Amino acid sequence: MNNVVTPLQRLLRNRPARICLVVLAIVTLAAIFGPWLMPKSAAELSAAQFQPPSWPHPFGTDIHGQDVLYRVLSGARVSLAVGISGALISFFIGTAYGLVAGYAGGRTDGIMMRAVEILYSVPRLIILLIAINAFDSRMKAWLAASDAPGLVGYSRIIILILSLGLIEWLTMARIVRGQVLALKSQQFVAAARSLGQSHWKILWRHLLPNLVGVVVIYLTLTVPAVILDESFLSFLGLGIQAPQTSWGSLLADGAQAINPVRSNWWLLVCPATAMSATLLALNFLGDALRDALDPRQNRAGLG
Amino acid sequence: MAAYLLRRFASMLLVLFCVVSITFFLMRFAPGGPFDREREISPQAKQALLTKYHYNGTLWQQYTGYLGRLLHGDLGPSTRYRSRSVNELLAQTLPVTALLGTAAFCIATAGGVALGSWAAVRRGTSTDTGAMLASLLAISTPTFVTGPLLVLVFALKLGWFPVGGLAGLSALVLPALTLAGPYVAYIARLTRTSMLEVLSQDFIRTARAKGVPPWRIISKHAGRVALLPVVSFLGPLAANLLTGSIVVETVFNIPGAGGFFVNSIQNRDGFLLSGVTIVYCALLVGLNLFVDLAYTWMDRRIQLHE
Repeated sequence: MNNVVTPLQRLLRNRPARICLVVLAIVTLAAIFGPWLMPKSAAELSAAQFQPPSWPHPFGTDIHGQDVLYRVLSGARVSLAVGISGALISFFIGTAYGLVAGYAGGRTDGIMMRAVEILYSVPRLIILLIAINAFDSRMKAWLAASDAPGLVGYSRIIILILSLGLIEWLTMARIVRGQVLALKSQQFVAAARSLGQSHWKILWRHLLPNLVGVVVIYLTLTVPAVILDESFLSFLGLGIQAPQTSWGSLLADGAQAINPVRSNWWLLVCPATAMSATLLALNFLGDALRDALDPRQNRAGLG
Repeated sequence: MAAYLLRRFASMLLVLFCVVSITFFLMRFAPGGPFDREREISPQAKQALLTKYHYNGTLWQQYTGYLGRLLHGDLGPSTRYRSRSVNELLAQTLPVTALLGTAAFCIATAGGVALGSWAAVRRGTSTDTGAMLASLLAISTPTFVTGPLLVLVFALKLGWFPVGGLAGLSALVLPALTLAGPYVAYIARLTRTSMLEVLSQDFIRTARAKGVPPWRIISKHAGRVALLPVVSFLGPLAANLLTGSIVVETVFNIPGAGGFFVNSIQNRDGFLLSGVTIVYCALLVGLNLFVDLAYTWMDRRIQLHE
């Protein structure tokens, strides 16, 4: 398994990629510990409305006199959680779908990939908006009646994670299927088959480990996609709702703050910087990983 | 070819049918109807209202009735804008959305190809790095952030363009740029990657050895091959622009179909919502077919029948 170590080293030799890793580490740590470490007063409402950025409030304050930095950090928790869990769901669906399609081949593959193509051409975010609207209050009622009524406040987040995961798996499925097709014709798969190993075992033991690289790349690229989708939903009023905040809902408020009467730019610029920097780092890291794990070199190594 | 077109057409109809059905039932699944906010009215009046807006009978009857009217090109009445039909509302607003979408489409393809080729030619220089970093930044920023920021700088501070609305072509500049931004970036990245691959091939070296000037190599020799991935992205591009226009229209207060879409969800305006969704989907699958045909035309080696 020498080729697992080398790409990582290659990645770490890439200076911009190292910077991205540092940025992501800072954002993650700040999201986890920041809201605890900040003074209690930051979380509270105050009379100091719309203060521009200053030393006590580095990101300024909002309409309720709340510290924007505090809100950005607690929004980071929600956004990152939604992004990572949504991406994980899409990872499970996409990998399973791609594995089955690629491994089965023939007609099954044809039909499954045609379905993916059709789904690509449907405006998924539009259907998603309608679906969230339809299921939201049912989900609330169902959670309230279930064993864990404490989850009611999180019903919107749960719905968002599920539905975003359900729409972002297409690319993952395509990529995994392509890789499986390439791997399937390799000799080690033929050898496993002639030894009489079951399909399940071949998929699990032989194909899946060889997919790790590709899957990690697209997982890295799906997280920012999901965070971005969530922000659009929040902007259109169907995302995270008060009292919870996400970067998306902060930006939605910030976008309203730019108007001809008075432009409180920091309400938009500060959350936007946090979110763009994080997504930029994730996107860049995904690209750098792709370069480091160049599939062509991988394939040569396997042959 | 005829068989291929026929098959594509059949799958287009299937997609539309599925989208119509899903939208219809999801809308009915949501709690609360379009007439909940009415004041107390007599049962007869309520029944008349339901009949007038095709909300009478079982759900199945309503569904088949709706499909039947759809086949005649009737998208139904709007339950919110009482005196007008969905057809009228869409006829009024779709041209605006189409104008915005087309403008963004042109900016995205032209700008993206130009930027990507430029970066590819200057590979490894700071121009290349800068262009690619800017592209990633554009992809990582939602349009409802870039929109207000552009407004802040170019409309409020500099006063070059109007803040919102759609009075004249100058009002279209900022929305179109906002909508196109991420896709300029995306296409630039696609172009750069495939251009670099093509530029390293033998026939380019031959052309260079013959003394063909660099811009001609890009436009004549490399361009044709390198643009194939871009062409195949045009279908998804159309989809993303349509979805994106909903957001951009909201940001800039543009009276397009996207605003109706958002409102109709909140107002439980079922027919209007289905109408917008159907028209958007129809546009999309049509554009996708068109893009696939363009792709074949550009690369004859690809056999569609296989």
